[in-house]
Amino acid sequence: MGRLVTGVRAWIDERFDLAGIKALAQKKRVPVHRYSYWYFLGGMTLFLFGLQVLTGALLLLYYRPGADEAFESVQFIMTQVQFGWLVRSVHSWSANLLIFMAFAHLFSVLFLKAYRKPRELTWVSGILLLFLMLGFGFSGYLLPWNTLSYFATKVGTEIPAQIPIVGRPILLFLRGGEEVTGSTLTRFYGLHVAIFPALATLLIGLHLALIQWFGMSVPPSVEARWRARPQEKKGVRFFPNFVLRELMAWYVALGLLGALAALFPWSLGVKADPFAAAPAGIKPEWYFLFMFQTLKLIPAKALGMDGEMLGILAFGVIGFAALLLPFLEREKPFNSQRWILALACLFLGYMAVMTVYGWATR
Amino acid sequence: MFPASGISDAGPRSDSTNTARRRFVNILLGTGLTASAASFVYPILRYLIPPKVPDLGRDAVLAAHIAEMEPNTAKTFRFGSRPGLLVRTASGEYRGMSATCTHLGCTVQYRSDLREIWCACHNGMYDLNGRNISGPPPRPLEVFEVQVRDNDIFVRRKPEA
Repeated sequence: MGRLVTGVRAWIDERFDLAGIKALAQKKRVPVHRYSYWYFLGGMTLFLFGLQVLTGALLLLYYRPGADEAFESVQFIMTQVQFGWLVRSVHSWSANLLIFMAFAHLFSVLFLKAYRKPRELTWVSGILLLFLMLGFGFSGYLLPWNTLSYFATKVGTEIPAQIPIVGRPILLFLRGGEEVTGSTLTRFYGLHVAIFPALATLLIGLHLALIQWFGMSVPPSVEARWRARPQEKKGVRFFPNFVLRELMAWYVALGLLGALAALFPWSLGVKADPFAAAPAGIKPEWYFLFMFQTLKLIPAKALGMDGEMLGILAFGVIGFAALLLPFLEREKPFNSQRWILALACLFLGYMAVMTVYGWATR
Repeated sequence: MFPASGISDAGPRSDSTNTARRRFVNILLGTGLTASAASFVYPILRYLIPPKVPDLGRDAVLAAHIAEMEPNTAKTFRFGSRPGLLVRTASGEYRGMSATCTHLGCTVQYRSDLREIWCACHNGMYDLNGRNISGPPPRPLEVFEVQVRDNDIFVRRKPEA
């Protein structure tokens, strides 16, 4: 057995320079300082994404897109297929935790200023990934074809329709027609299982490659201290030291997901009926709630334009600013650090308050 | 936050106790991880097995109406999730049987010219009692019970002997 392993390793080494790859893996170091725990969040997001791919592939075995079949097939998964409830519940729970982790990762990178030169593009690819994950969430929400998701999609696709000129075409493109129908479902299905995963593969590849290229960022305060006193500089090897710790975190996450899925299995709701009235308490997923709630609160006419329009414009500007954040800063980060920090805190607070508010009001 | 490295000090203990402890910890860790891996893989394996479609059992299926069935003709009908074959012989009798060839599962057909049942895939032949008489089929076709009620012809599985 041992000889076989050595033989196989030698065979690969002869062709692919395994020793070189191993040396590279050992060269990578993770800095150790008081903020090191934040380095886990990106890896955790990646792990949850991997879990989404796995459970998503499993759901594909039984799921059928189509207005007449989608709800029934999910019902079949939940009630007939062995452990189908587990697979679907893990998929739903993991999706929600993934979005949460992605936001936590974003704000940790923001507050530790890891986006500063030379890592601007890593930040941009990360923001694009976040948008993509929100797209995954929005498209996946419709797939069980229940009342809640049906009306959430109706409202969600109506929002971009408010934009002048391009709004209508966007709505028609998203819905595959004037209304949310089976055509919308097949579109969302295609996006959710083919187009978005392809984009995600590319973007995650780019994101990880950039992280490999630049190494781990050290927060400015720690960096300054280490520059003054280089003997305080500390780090651990990425492999195996950091990887093993990350694996431990993943292991705990997997256990937590299993427990959540078993104790709080995701409910299926009632099959969507396009000709029934919207039931009370229609809400999007929690990560869209702060936008949803804002749009509810804006008056019909504000600042001389449509209230909806104003809200969409504001969130558009915020999203765009988030994307280009590293380029909004001057060369000397410490001068402009304050206002970015203040705005980020303000936005985080706004998100939190609006989410809770939206969640608490019926 | 991170301890300096994975290797802790051996202290004053001898090397052999250290190795024994290490082995013990490794066994604990190994069994724990194996058990978790099993609890992870087992549901997935079970999930991959599709649930059984409920069988017809002894339920009768409406195969045809009398008006459709001329003598020396046949009709394929749905019997549960599989096709069944209803034959009206030249003498006017009804015969019902499974239409799934016992060789490799093609659907068989009635040949009015030969007055026999024929499988087009590999030239298998059955007689009107479903017995395999030539070609590759290894077993006879499953024969069903046929009942005529008013204008309807019902087919169901024979009670198990």
